[in-house]
Amino acid sequence: MNGMLAIRYETPQSVGEAVRLMAADPDARVLAGGTDLLVQFRAGVRQPSAFVDVKRIPELMSITIDGQGLRLGAATAAAVIGEHVELRTLWPGLVEAVQLIGSTQIQGRGSVGGNLCNASPAADTTCALIVNRADCVIAGPGGERTVPVEEFCIAPGRTVLQRGELLIALRLPRPAARTSDAYLRLIPRSEMDIAVVGAAVSVTLDANGVCRSARVAIGAVAPTALLVPEAAKALVGSSLDAASLKRAAEAASTAARPIGDKRGTAGYRRTVAGVLTRRAAAIAAGRARRK
Amino acid sequence: MTTPREFKYVGTRPIRHDGVDKVTGRASYGADVVWPGMLHGFVLRSPHAHARIVSIDTRAAEATPGVKAVLTGKDLPETTATIALGEAAIDLRDVGDNMLARTKVLYHGHAVAAVAATTIDIAREAAEKIQVVYEVLEPVTGIDRAIAADAPILHPALRTKGAASPGAAGPTNIASRLEFKRGDVDAAFAEADVVVEREFRTPMVHQGYIEPHACIARCGEDGRAVVWCTTQGPFVVRDACAAIAGLDPAHVKVIPSEIGGGFGGKIVVYLEPMAIALSRKAQRPVKMVMGRDEVFRATGPTSGSRVRVKLGAKRDGTLVAATASLWYEAGAYRGSPVGAGAMCALAAYKIPSFFIEAHDVVVNKPKVAAYRAPGSPIAAFAVESVVDEIARELKMDPIELRLKNANAEGDKAPYGPKYGPIGLKQILEAARNHPHWTSPLAANQGRGIAVGFWFNAGMNSSATVILDTDGSAAVVTGNPDIGGTRAAQAIMVAEELGIPVERVRPGVGDTDGSGYTDLTGGSRVCYATGMAVIRAAEDVRDQLKARAAQIWNVAVDAVGWENGRAIPPAGTEKAEAMTVAGLAAKMAHTGGPIVGRASLYAPMAGPAFGAHICDLEVDSETGQSKVVRYTVFQDVGRAVHPGYVEGQMQGGAAQGIGWALNEEYIYDADGVMENAGFLDYRMPVASDLPMIDTVIIEVPNPLHPYGVRGVGEVPIVPPLAAVANAMRDATGIRFTELPLSPPRVLEAIEAASAVSVGA
Ligand SMILES: Cc1cc2nc3c(=O)[nH]c(=O)nc-3n(C[C@H](O)[C@H](O)[C@H](O)COP(=O)(O)OP(=O)(O)OC[C@H]3O[C@@H](n4cnc5c(N)ncnc54)[C@H](O)[C@@H]3O)c2cc1C
Repeated sequence: MNGMLAIRYETPQSVGEAVRLMAADPDARVLAGGTDLLVQFRAGVRQPSAFVDVKRIPELMSITIDGQGLRLGAATAAAVIGEHVELRTLWPGLVEAVQLIGSTQIQGRGSVGGNLCNASPAADTTCALIVNRADCVIAGPGGERTVPVEEFCIAPGRTVLQRGELLIALRLPRPAARTSDAYLRLIPRSEMDIAVVGAAVSVTLDANGVCRSARVAIGAVAPTALLVPEAAKALVGSSLDAASLKRAAEAASTAARPIGDKRGTAGYRRTVAGVLTRRAAAIAAGRARRK
Repeated sequence: MTTPREFKYVGTRPIRHDGVDKVTGRASYGADVVWPGMLHGFVLRSPHAHARIVSIDTRAAEATPGVKAVLTGKDLPETTATIALGEAAIDLRDVGDNMLARTKVLYHGHAVAAVAATTIDIAREAAEKIQVVYEVLEPVTGIDRAIAADAPILHPALRTKGAASPGAAGPTNIASRLEFKRGDVDAAFAEADVVVEREFRTPMVHQGYIEPHACIARCGEDGRAVVWCTTQGPFVVRDACAAIAGLDPAHVKVIPSEIGGGFGGKIVVYLEPMAIALSRKAQRPVKMVMGRDEVFRATGPTSGSRVRVKLGAKRDGTLVAATASLWYEAGAYRGSPVGAGAMCALAAYKIPSFFIEAHDVVVNKPKVAAYRAPGSPIAAFAVESVVDEIARELKMDPIELRLKNANAEGDKAPYGPKYGPIGLKQILEAARNHPHWTSPLAANQGRGIAVGFWFNAGMNSSATVILDTDGSAAVVTGNPDIGGTRAAQAIMVAEELGIPVERVRPGVGDTDGSGYTDLTGGSRVCYATGMAVIRAAEDVRDQLKARAAQIWNVAVDAVGWENGRAIPPAGTEKAEAMTVAGLAAKMAHTGGPIVGRASLYAPMAGPAFGAHICDLEVDSETGQSKVVRYTVFQDVGRAVHPGYVEGQMQGGAAQGIGWALNEEYIYDADGVMENAGFLDYRMPVASDLPMIDTVIIEVPNPLHPYGVRGVGEVPIVPPLAAVANAMRDATGIRFTELPLSPPRVLEAIEAASAVSVGA
């Protein structure tokens, strides 16, 4: 090699072309915003043979909202999502997760698809996607398939994507009446940091303010983001009063299986998973009541 | 004293001369230059924290196409030279060994070899082919282990220097032990009504300058070398390069680049002599640039520490006795700032009896370097926390307690000399009268105050002021501009010559283009080099007066000077006052160009104090805290450019807050740093901090013509304790270990509530 690093840069214009490029070369990598990939590349963690830049494929760069719900192009920049008024109104928790990514500069490039495909257990949008029942639309040599987002990541840095496959879009069902969501994370700083713990909650209330359904997901406390049905169970049927929020918090803490590392001890993460779950549930409840 | 001078330019806030180039990216920093034929250097670093080097085989690297030179410690001569640096001295044998290990590696990341090749990728690949056989030894990663009876020894020849504790005669990791004492401490404690004793710990922290170390060097067959690098001290680099690379200092020229932060960390050489030695072998220029992880692992952070402090006071608040035991990590080679820490520890207070002992301890971590007021913040964290506890025990206002014991002009400093005019009482009074001190706190908030001290430095400085025929002037000194000193120097020349600041071009000379000047550090540039600048401008003015005398045909003594104009003696025929521009235009006909120069040694400086008030809000369920309000009070002597003085006060506070809240070197059991990047080495980002308010207090320093004291270091001293005292106020918990990171704070809150529930 003698230091001659020859890396191809490809700019497919269609999903078909991108799939062909990815199928032809197992060492090629999809480049969306590059805010994970290029950092890893520079650090020597990844040495791809080719960057397949998907930002010229219209399906990956668009946002559509209709009666069915949202179709979010996988490579759409966070900044574009943050400025989408209808998206913000319907999924405020998802948008607050998107807007926590990095900084203004990072959000100009970084995407939800990249956040998910990087498969970090601490990724900020994953929990918010899970509580909103997102489906991952995947294109590959064999055509399209769909995978529920909570099954998409299988280990740190690993997803269900097979050779030649790429994530095209995320599909979220339109929220029912009196439904809303929230996402909170803990970082020691105010930005430019990785979540020590993250928690997302979505709740649907009936006309009397009783919680009819709920989803709770916690991040950075296990190898992948966790859907916590026990925490949701603690909320359903309640008026989201202090006692039920506390039970949900306890369920989240119990479900957490964190490691202790330089970012926080296991005990700390377990405690904070509960605190953030309780607080996020209260915020989501407040939003749902106003709808 | 004469009546205070009225200033025209001093105290104004002109836009800095180097500002536009910096914000547009045109300014050239260490890594920005490209020289023809240049090679790229890469450093192979130790994967072990402590090991003996058994052998190094570089053949495969040398045989790699594109590789032009390979260097190991054996290629460099062993030097015994030192560089004087105020109180301390730089031991260049240790610096050389630290730059490139000879027989032992003493920390993870210690350089063992370097390769220069046509591309950085080739250099890296070749370096990875170098076979190093290590005999791995147990690492010493902290003070407790270092001083244990069965501790592995870093340097077999090291013996404790100074007032050794009994029995410490053999091989040791304690490089030195100092004592400072006054009065009979035991008797004094016996008279105290309250006594508080605590032990504190702080981890190693880094200055965190944004620009990594970088240089380019060339060395010809004639043994003459030129180095371009990012440094605080071009003359230090010159002398260090000559000694370590084995050249005559007369043959080494160092050109300082713009500098992207230093804070004390860019004084010691880590790359430059290596780049010279590689260039000498390859006969081509060699550029070397560190990555961020190399900066963390292998440059000079400041010490981790263990400090025990005991204070005794009378019921009326009079401090009567103090003891302090300081243990600072030096890193791999001796020379922590523990001596300075010991001297600063009690500098604020009149305490009749005290005993301080200070230990310098070597450990298998990077060798520490200077960091803004080296040693003082660690000592102040301990002392100011205990003073806060005394105030609580006595139910006394913490400012009143400090005022009651504050040193003032004429008092004997704990470290020896008598204080001249100092502003400690003035800053404390300003803090007490400031609305911040009495503003109400919201729920979950606490308020803390702490003071801090730094000596400031004088030393060698030179300056040249060059007048142009259009009446503009250039001023050149040998100090790289870190804190806005060029703007201050331009203001000084403008003040002395009466020409607009914008018509003065302040510049930084290289080691051949400026008289010998000590480094940019010790808060000395505006003070000592500023004094040289003022004198050099006065020299220009004296020459201008002589030219006017010649034109008017009068005696020089008879020429006056007012508002930037030479004034003829009354009654001189056909003579009108002449401006600098008017006289400059006639230079060629009155004797030729005018250059003013001055060089001096300033033996002393103006010591200074600061007081900081911090409001902290704590989330008791997550342990997370946020600084919600922060005010810095500081005696600066005289603010030449108040905008940059405020910038220094804010910057020092921001660094100290980071040290208090989240920054720390995290090591695993093998002595490997786990967080060698800005993601997990958590310096504050802009959004973490509120606007830091500043209150400038000016108690002029009589040693300087304008009263300048030095500003840059004092403001990092108080924040550690100011934040911890605010945390105590908010949570009821006295934290004695930094950083106050969310996990640590939550654990303490939970432990405290478990106790109170159980009780
Ligand atoms: C300074 C900084 C701060 C950051 N802060 C945060 C933060 O606060 N929270 C957070 O969660 N993250 C953060 N990140 C990480 C990163 O910005 C986010 O994960 C971002 O969402 C990644 O999106 P991207 O489009 O840049 O992905 P890329 O870097 O382009 O890609 C990431 C990975 O996903 C793969 N990939 C991308 N798109 C697809 C696709 N459509 N199909 C298949 N594979 C694909 C790539 O091959 C790569 O492996 C930060 C990064 C930086 C540099």
